[in-house]
Amino acid sequence: MIKSKDVLGLRDMTAEEIRHILDTAKTMKYILLTNNKKTPHLQGKSIVTLFYENSTRTRLSFELASKYMSASSANISASGSSVAKGESLVDTGRTIDMMGADVIVIRHPMSGAPHLLAKYVRASVINAGDGMNEHPTQALLDMFTILEKKGTIEGLKIAIVGDILHSRVARSNIWGLTKLGAKVCIAGPSTLLPPGIEKTGAEVCMNLQEAVREADVVMGLRIQLERQKKGLFPSAREYSRFFGLNEEVISLAKKDAIIMHPGPVNRGIEMTSEVIDHERSVINEQVTNGVAVRMALLYLLTRRRSNEAAD
Amino acid sequence: MKLLIRGGIVVDPDQGINDVMDILVDEGKIISIGKNLDHTGCKVINASGMHVLPGLVDAHCHLRDPGYEYKEDIESGTKSAAAGGFTSIACMPNTNPVTDNESVIRYIQSKAKTRGLVNVYPVGSITKGMKGEELSEMGELKLAGAVAVSDDGKPVVSSSLMKKALQYASMFGLLVISHCEDLDLAEEGVINEGYNSTVMGLKGIPSAAEEIAVARDIILAEYTEARIHIAHVSTELSVELIRHAKNRGVKVTAETCPHYFSLTDDACRDYNTLAKVNPPLRTQKDVEAVIRGLKDGTIDIIATDHAPHHMDEKNVEFNFAANGISGFETAFSLAVTYLVKPGHLSIDEVVNKMSLMPSKILGLNKGTLKTGSPADITIVDLNREFTVDVSRFKSRGKNSPFNGFRLTGTVACTIVGGKIQYDAGNE
Repeated sequence: MIKSKDVLGLRDMTAEEIRHILDTAKTMKYILLTNNKKTPHLQGKSIVTLFYENSTRTRLSFELASKYMSASSANISASGSSVAKGESLVDTGRTIDMMGADVIVIRHPMSGAPHLLAKYVRASVINAGDGMNEHPTQALLDMFTILEKKGTIEGLKIAIVGDILHSRVARSNIWGLTKLGAKVCIAGPSTLLPPGIEKTGAEVCMNLQEAVREADVVMGLRIQLERQKKGLFPSAREYSRFFGLNEEVISLAKKDAIIMHPGPVNRGIEMTSEVIDHERSVINEQVTNGVAVRMALLYLLTRRRSNEAAD
Repeated sequence: MKLLIRGGIVVDPDQGINDVMDILVDEGKIISIGKNLDHTGCKVINASGMHVLPGLVDAHCHLRDPGYEYKEDIESGTKSAAAGGFTSIACMPNTNPVTDNESVIRYIQSKAKTRGLVNVYPVGSITKGMKGEELSEMGELKLAGAVAVSDDGKPVVSSSLMKKALQYASMFGLLVISHCEDLDLAEEGVINEGYNSTVMGLKGIPSAAEEIAVARDIILAEYTEARIHIAHVSTELSVELIRHAKNRGVKVTAETCPHYFSLTDDACRDYNTLAKVNPPLRTQKDVEAVIRGLKDGTIDIIATDHAPHHMDEKNVEFNFAANGISGFETAFSLAVTYLVKPGHLSIDEVVNKMSLMPSKILGLNKGTLKTGSPADITIVDLNREFTVDVSRFKSRGKNSPFNGFRLTGTVACTIVGGKIQYDAGNE
């Protein structure tokens, strides 16, 4: 059971809630792999995706998840809507709410935007990535993938490397994975490690090698090349030399370690093509699992709403 | 008719008084202060059990008039000030137009005279349009009645221009009030850089952004031998730098605001835009250092930085939200609750920092209950507890992170020039 109306981040979620979502996603994945990808789980429900930022994977997976489960779905992006005319987030949210949305999925470049929206709408709000804060559904699909491959999360050593400072994926994964008992080791250029990150439960490593050594999971993060212009690292070349995941670095991990990346990847910078296409890379499976996890979340949230309405 | 304030505990640091006394007021002035004064023919205010203070003086507020009257205007702002116990306030220049010339100063003065409830002292800008490019006509600002110059809300980025501003302003005896912020270092930050900025994924403002600017400005003040007043001190190292400068004999004074001794950046949790302020709320160790600075005199005064905003400017994404707290109506109670009650400062010291010292720093001749002084008097109840309710604020700005806080110490009555401008009993 999900306790709150909204899914804004894994920081506020309990281990039990996370496990429940991941369990439900197993069933959803089964449905996803059948020939007839249509279930009535969300019949009569309406799902709106509200994207203030570009997205391929997250947006499409939410849309397909809604459609596979027979919901009515619609999407709005900032550029083609009243947002471009200067409408406030609260006003836009209320408008969507009044049209009967059951769930609003929001992606926004500013941290906390989903939290603001959630306060003003009756619909359940799912955070599909807000600024540098959280990207809970990405972390859930990452955890689902790890569970599938490793059977458990507890006790695993998981290396997360790259631009931790700007990464909402890293934050959500740190909260989620540590709650399920993993040891999360992070590494990245010191300019891209946010202050106090060690208090989140993650262990900060001095270098890439230390983080990856004997790891069960190696997760690379996307490095935004624009950051170089702000002086956060000297060049893509130096970045890949010290923090790029190549076969040599991967060989330090456990023999059966899996390789992950939330995508989209800068090939040859944070990860070499050999690593991306490695036999133990699960990057493509992560994408499939993204649909399953989002199906599970939509189902659980709408069921919670129906139960509440029945009370 | 004469007014007699009877039987209150009079606290007047200027005369070293802390005793039960009566105060007699006539024609806007204090004509007598002493025990058991004759009350025949007087309107009597019974102040027994209350404390009677020289009217509070705020060296730092924003009245938003002209230009942003939807946030506050001189009438609503001074009503709010009176309700907070303030009888004299200095308003910052970031209006529209900016107070960079005589006419805007005159406008504020004339509106304050006809519509204002308390004494209003405009602060002129250091640079034209607060653009940080050319000096304002400070001589004319001074002649028009500006009590200080500041580009508050913004720093003067150029060190060379800041040096000239200090030299030029000191020629006219004008105080320079500095908003200390290294904008290059603060970048687009919206909250103190630290664990909370990390956890919320918000761009942080390092405490060093304030401290570097404090260091620069006190170095320039020492070099030019000019006076400088550091606005809204919020960090441990800023306090230490000012302490060091004072020991060297630099003519520096400093203020802090109630939110810097009562809140930490934890108040921003859950993207609470009401706690978004510049400089940002810091950490517990900074709060403790600010209190130590208040105790040892490094920080001379407590100012409100009353910064009213419309709620539409707060009910937005944290990054978009306006900086500022509507502060007049909680300042005194916060000082009582967070400084007097825990024993950090005596009530005399609080009165000194909220009345006499700000008056001295701005050169106002206020902050005293001496016979012959204007009858600016604030009567307070130091024991009364209340719950902050922003809907009852006189200010148009309901933006306070203290809404719902249980505080101690209320303002019972505010008298400005012998006239009762706020009376809690009539509310």
